[in-house]
Amino acid sequence: MIAAVLSLTLLGALLGVVLGCADRFLRVEGNPLVDEIGALMPGSNCGQCGFPGCAGAAAAIVAGSAAPTCCPPGGKALAAAVAGRLGLAVDLSALADDGPQIAGVAEELCIGCCRCSKVCPTDAIVGAAKQIHNVLREACTGCANCVDLCPTEALLLQPVPPTLPHWVMPKPLGA
Amino acid sequence: MNPNAFAAAPVASPHAHGGGSVARTMRHVQLALLPATLHGFWLYGWPSFLLWLLTILACVGWEALALRLAGGRRVGAVLHDGSALLTGWLLAMTLPPWAPWWVAVVGGFIAIVVGKQVFGGLGQNVFNPAMVARVALLVSFPLPLTQWVAPLAQPAPGFVDALQRFLGGAPVPDAMTSATLLGHARTELSRGVDLMQVLAGAPPSSLSWLGERAGSFGEAGALLLLAGGGYLLAVGVIRWHAPFAVLAGLAVPAAIAHAVDPARYLDAGSHLLSGAAMLGAFFIATDYVTSPSTVPGRLLFGAGVGLLTWIIRSWGGYPEGMAFAVLLMNALTPTIDRCVRPRILGRDRRGRPLDLPPGSPRQ
Amino acid sequence: MGILTTFKDWFGNDWGVHPDDRKRPAADAAVRVMPVPERLWLPLQQHLGAPARPVVLVGQRVKKGQLLAEAQGAVSAPVHAPTSGTVAAIAEITAPHPSGLTLPAIVVDADGADEWGERVGCADPFALAPDEIGRRVAAAGVVGLGGAAFPSSVKLAGAARAGVATLIVNGSECEPYLSCDDRLMRDAAAAIVDGIRIMRHASGAARVLVGIEDNKPEALAAMAAAAASCAEIRVCRVPARYPMGSEKQLIQALSGIEVPADSRPADVGVIVHNVGTALAVRAAIRDGQPLISRLLTVNGGCVVAPGNIEVRLGTLAADVLAFAGGLHGDGLGLARRLLGGPMMGMQIPHWRVPVVKGTSGILALAADEAAAGDADPCIRCASCVRACPVGLLPLEMSARIRNDALDAAAALGLADCIACGCCAYVCPSRIPLVQYFQHAKGELAARERARLRTDATRKLAAQRQERLAREASEKAAAAARRKAERAAQQSAAEKLVQGEPA
Ligand code: SF4
Ligand code: SF4
Ligand code: SF4
Ligand code: SF4
Repeated sequence: MIAAVLSLTLLGALLGVVLGCADRFLRVEGNPLVDEIGALMPGSNCGQCGFPGCAGAAAAIVAGSAAPTCCPPGGKALAAAVAGRLGLAVDLSALADDGPQIAGVAEELCIGCCRCSKVCPTDAIVGAAKQIHNVLREACTGCANCVDLCPTEALLLQPVPPTLPHWVMPKPLGA
Repeated sequence: MNPNAFAAAPVASPHAHGGGSVARTMRHVQLALLPATLHGFWLYGWPSFLLWLLTILACVGWEALALRLAGGRRVGAVLHDGSALLTGWLLAMTLPPWAPWWVAVVGGFIAIVVGKQVFGGLGQNVFNPAMVARVALLVSFPLPLTQWVAPLAQPAPGFVDALQRFLGGAPVPDAMTSATLLGHARTELSRGVDLMQVLAGAPPSSLSWLGERAGSFGEAGALLLLAGGGYLLAVGVIRWHAPFAVLAGLAVPAAIAHAVDPARYLDAGSHLLSGAAMLGAFFIATDYVTSPSTVPGRLLFGAGVGLLTWIIRSWGGYPEGMAFAVLLMNALTPTIDRCVRPRILGRDRRGRPLDLPPGSPRQ
Repeated sequence: MGILTTFKDWFGNDWGVHPDDRKRPAADAAVRVMPVPERLWLPLQQHLGAPARPVVLVGQRVKKGQLLAEAQGAVSAPVHAPTSGTVAAIAEITAPHPSGLTLPAIVVDADGADEWGERVGCADPFALAPDEIGRRVAAAGVVGLGGAAFPSSVKLAGAARAGVATLIVNGSECEPYLSCDDRLMRDAAAAIVDGIRIMRHASGAARVLVGIEDNKPEALAAMAAAAASCAEIRVCRVPARYPMGSEKQLIQALSGIEVPADSRPADVGVIVHNVGTALAVRAAIRDGQPLISRLLTVNGGCVVAPGNIEVRLGTLAADVLAFAGGLHGDGLGLARRLLGGPMMGMQIPHWRVPVVKGTSGILALAADEAAAGDADPCIRCASCVRACPVGLLPLEMSARIRNDALDAAAALGLADCIACGCCAYVCPSRIPLVQYFQHAKGELAARERARLRTDATRKLAAQRQERLAREASEKAAAAARRKAERAAQQSAAEKLVQGEPA
């Protein structure tokens, strides 16, 4: 009986070592540099995360005081990238992610008050006073700073429409 | 949403399939084991049949239980692939033919639960489940695991008799026991008897081609296993690299050592035909999950198994070393797979792009 | 093929698969020519590269062969009217693409006259300068007809520039079911050889190797006979083995050259063109005909009368199928709609998808022909490793991608995967390996785009900060100036007050 216990213990220890090695070797290399994480962030310093800017959020994520999911404009893609860099497990399903979004102006509602263009961190909104404003698709990060400011609710976030060259084959389900 | 989009997710190419399946592969292997198994029944009678049956049932049962406990929904589908059945079958082949019932049940538990399911199920295990069970049983219960019944023992027990013996766990009567060739050689050697004398007394090893000798259930039918291996090679379920390397890794050092000191070392033929050599070469070392996935890796793996087997047989504490050798090489498999990778077309072995050939336009 | 090859095969170089080719009886049926349908949809992007830019207006009358949209950028191809008629609209049509997304197309309503516009042919192409041939091929909108649809003129011009020594003509057609190249070689071998000679002239290659798989003995014989008089063209028999028709594999099989991973064939002095392309080049140069129609294979268990059909570009797959006799039981047993072959072709959501330049086949597969079934766990059988023609480890890459470790998969050589599908074809667990790889490639590309975008955003944000700072400092300067002015005024006034004794 003792032999049985011993042998199974030995086996268990052996397997433990193997699993430990596997963990060591298969782990995603982590180099938790704030700069590196900062480079992944959208960089618009929009402040939605609750930190003064992207660098602050990066530092907080590295320090562990903020979740990798704290950046709304970055969305799932950023959270996955950050979590991968840091070797963290992160529950992405919590992020209701409809893919990237950008702002759009409903032209019939805009009164040209210029409030939105003043707060846009990337100067993505163009338009002169008393003129209909417009959002530059390429520059908008979807930070939503402008949305609440618009007195006529002309600004809305819309998902970026899928296009042929940007389409991505979905990951196989299950198995 | 786009009205033209698929109702279901798109299916990527290829849209054709070769038709192979896990279940089919396992069926081929089972078919290849059949002749040696029937031969075993003939040699060792009803007790061996009961052992074989219970080992398989135990493995399938433990697998079902483990899947159920893990909350899997596809229990039936997974059982259908026949891998647990095959594990049980292989384990039974390595057990003493008259082992009692609990050996089968405990063995099945170790093989399936400890050897496979704790790793995450089919395809995830590092060690060959049957070999894990075999080694754990041997180390834990040395006595029943080393009681070899003589082939065609008389009087052959009837079914009821066999059932009683099987369930009662009575030891094999002394009159019916016999030693395996490897075991016999080891005992005699340790008594200081010269191998030449030992073998002179024993039936010549060429007789064992017919398989009438003591040993584990699947040991005697070495030639039938060889034939089964040939069948697997022919239908393409296994490739020749690993079996060849195992047999070569075993035979070459054995032949050299025998030539140097025949009084101390068994000849290559005896090595190849006894113990689990054939079973190991064609059915264990070719286990998909626990062997390397590249051709050079498999050659390396097989040679390692053969060599280690010979070393353990010749100098180790146990007369048979195939199971240990397989487990040791299993542990090395991830490393082999990491180090031995196929060369990518257009790249050198390190993964750098090849140089342009001399005389090409852009150089 | 040689003792060395056999020996290499023994030790694991036996890449590829041998799928049931199912080319006959479609390959043996005579070619049918489909009449022009009433309406044609011509996507602006039928090729690799930038989409074409429309040069016609809605309502405009066009002649057969007239330019509808011009090439845009260095790698692009124009689109021509396949028949005479009216431009009805520029509208969206479902793309020949697995996503089911739409793309813009020029819609032409045929007038039934099928009347040619102006054509400038050339009786002696060998008198033309090579780059003039390249220009004419580009103007005719010829792209690779094997499936990749890379603009042919770009390849020819690049070859002439690079000084290519070998022109390889791909007649291997290794995809199961497809037989349009086979049919072309049987029926028009002389014209193909003429086209090959024109391409050789344009590319400056010294020798030509035509690779044809040994499962097409008729095509081999026809091509060998047609090329008998040309010493520089050698028709070679290659073993039938999928994916023999893949560029780098064919180059290696025919010339023994292994193209380095990040180089193009032209870098090692080789270019590869498809036999159909040779024919299109001939039509473009000799007759001045742009690429407006092609031969394609209609096949699959559901098709009533499988065969090869010559159709105008822009014809909807639905119309082609109807011409081919429709589907058995009105498509009741239909399991999968495909454009292209079963190994690399793409699934389409419905039949209202236009035939484009790269459409080599329309397949309607019945349930017993189409791969299906739930994936089981990988049993590490390494069948995929054996089958991969590139020498990758599909099982390791897919395991990494499954855990979203895309970079780890990339480190294993994901970028070298040619998506040939051999691995998934042999996988006993039916793991959709290629889907994993395509997903990962798309995801990595999206990540790269996101990175570029982040960089751009960061630049914009910095510019804004700069602007705000500049504005603030300008404001401060202006305020200081005003303050100084006011102070000066005040002191002057004070001086005035003080200087004036009461
Ligand atoms: S959401 Fe509004 S404020 Fe934010 S980047 Fe876009 S346009 Fe600018
Ligand atoms: S805040 Fe609203 S109304 Fe004012 S300019 Fe912007 S979009 Fe127009
Ligand atoms: S699809 Fe990619 S990984 Fe699979 S066999 Fe082809 S090249 Fe290899
Ligand atoms: S063929 Fe399929 S089951 Fe076999 S190793 Fe490759 S992925 Fe795994």
